Amino acid sequence: MSNRVISLLVPVISIILGLLVGAIVMLFSGYDPVNGYIALWNGIFGDSYAIGETIRQISPYILAGLAVAFAFRTGLFNIGVEGQLMVGWFTAVYVGAAFELPMIIHLPITLLAAAAAGALWGFVPGLLKATLRVHEVIVTIMMNYVALHVVNALIKTVSGGNYKTEKIQPTASLRSDFLSNLTDYSTLHYGIFVALAMVVVMWFILEKTKTGFELKSVGFNENASQYAGMNVKKNIILSMVISGAFAGLAGAMEGLGTFGSMTSQGGFTGIGFDGIAVALLGANTPLGVIFGASLFGSLKYGANNMPNAANIPLEIVSIVVALIIFFVASGYIIRVGLQRLNKKKEAK
Amino acid sequence: MSFLEVLYFIIPTSIAYAAPLILTAIGGVFSERSGVVNIGLEGLMVMGAFVGIVFNLAFVNVFGGWTPWIALLAAMLVAAIFSIMHAVASVSFRADQVVSGVAINMLGIAIALFSVKLMFGKGQTDFIQQKIPRINVPILQDIPIIGPMFFKSLYGTSVLAIAIAFIAWFVIYKTPFGLRLRSVGEHPMAADTMGINVSKIRYTAVIISGGLAGIGGAIYSQTMTGDFGHATINGQGFMALAAMIFGKWHPIGALGAALFFGFAQTLAISAGSIDIDFIQKIPAVYFHILPYVLTILALAGFIGKANAPKANGVPYIKGSR
Repeated sequence: MSNRVISLLVPVISIILGLLVGAIVMLFSGYDPVNGYIALWNGIFGDSYAIGETIRQISPYILAGLAVAFAFRTGLFNIGVEGQLMVGWFTAVYVGAAFELPMIIHLPITLLAAAAAGALWGFVPGLLKATLRVHEVIVTIMMNYVALHVVNALIKTVSGGNYKTEKIQPTASLRSDFLSNLTDYSTLHYGIFVALAMVVVMWFILEKTKTGFELKSVGFNENASQYAGMNVKKNIILSMVISGAFAGLAGAMEGLGTFGSMTSQGGFTGIGFDGIAVALLGANTPLGVIFGASLFGSLKYGANNMPNAANIPLEIVSIVVALIIFFVASGYIIRVGLQRLNKKKEAK
Repeated sequence: MSFLEVLYFIIPTSIAYAAPLILTAIGGVFSERSGVVNIGLEGLMVMGAFVGIVFNLAFVNVFGGWTPWIALLAAMLVAAIFSIMHAVASVSFRADQVVSGVAINMLGIAIALFSVKLMFGKGQTDFIQQKIPRINVPILQDIPIIGPMFFKSLYGTSVLAIAIAFIAWFVIYKTPFGLRLRSVGEHPMAADTMGINVSKIRYTAVIISGGLAGIGGAIYSQTMTGDFGHATINGQGFMALAAMIFGKWHPIGALGAALFFGFAQTLAISAGSIDIDFIQKIPAVYFHILPYVLTILALAGFIGKANAPKANGVPYIKGSR
């Protein structure tokens, strides 16, 4: 087995192990894992409505995954996707509701505003990392909580004391009658195309531009990059800003596509944290992110079917997801195991 | 309320809110002093909060008034066992400790909620009958001003938390174990050369952090909420992490920071009812974000330089340089 094959096998084995432990948990708590996973499968692919909703769920996951993956590729760990997503969501809904413009101007402006809000939230940890060497992990975690409280306060302010913002104008909406009709009136919206377009954008930035090369280079070896004449500080900030912009767009998916407004949040959406898993599973490549997002989007949406169809609490899927992340993080041991297996085979 | 009455309300409440943070933050100090980043404190607290409530509900008829205290022990035990996962991943499997911590957080809340649905058939547990009681310290409570502030309607758990902070300081700075702990976190190779078992110390430290975070979570659920649901521990673990950093990875520093964060939380929930013009005019959101903003500022060096242990977050691989 080459290293490449092993790198591909690690996420696959992690997923299998996650599902396996999930099955064991179900077994021990008196549920039928076969029924459980059939219910999950039907929840994802059962009918065209389910498929539509699943794809709808995948769109924000793609963007959240891109945000984490982009930062990862440049040597940074953005745990702040959750907060960036929230400010993006709020900004999208605010701009979407406050102006009356023709759609061809309104929708792009609203999306840009959401991206800009997320970028701003990413700018702070980027700036602190670049100038004062403050670790971005802690700053982004703190920024998540700041975002949560600030967004809730803003929702209250703009709605005049309510817990929900106004509905956005139809000119800013990503809703699509066509996609909805196609999938038996699901809430599938055009956001999936925005997400896929961003996958291309990330690939293009990283692989085809000088900026992308510099970003990767700084992530790979800061000192060498500095010596080669690159502006390390600028690149660190830029990386967090772009990452934040992806996260802001993930928020726009929820605001402009799925909900059309924003309700006061009791806690985090979880999409940002799952984005870490999506990126990890996708080996931080744009194409891999689509794969990771499809898996997590499907699991998350399909889980909703488990309580009804198999009478199993849907939290079982959260356990599986967390375990998959755990196993991917522990990839070292899986690699060692695979290599040993390999050697034994060769010896025979 | 007069100014003094306000203080009589705010100070005991602040200490009550601080107690879970103190314990969890001290747990974080142990783990990170040994070189293992523990973002998973939130998940460990969730585990503690959940076990505390369930134990309390199950055994209240057996143990009576002692139930909440024994529940703390149960929570400590379960969270300590749960934290072994993080230790295995970060020490033995050389996992990215931040990612492993994120997994612990997600797993903690997922397991707890799954079990709650399993046991109660709904999203949250029943309310406990025996909360951690408030006590009035005899004699001391009669001291003017100080008495009502510190010794009236006091939680025993607050005393416990503060005591543990000082014990932790003693352990980390005055005992051979503490010296080993710190050396492993600063320069594991040097420690290894001197015959210290790096993995063993790191395992111990992470398990201690799990136990303390478990007690912290159980104190929170048994004093503040009285039941367990998805939002019972909402950011407390991260606030404890913040307190640890704000306190510069020092137990007494963490104690001070946790007390301050407890104060900020108290202001946030009670700002409306405090009859001081100045405080009423400040929107509650500023108090809500205060701990987090302060932590960012502390990290940025605006409030004194905070230096993490040198080997923090780096898996130790024998023989590599």
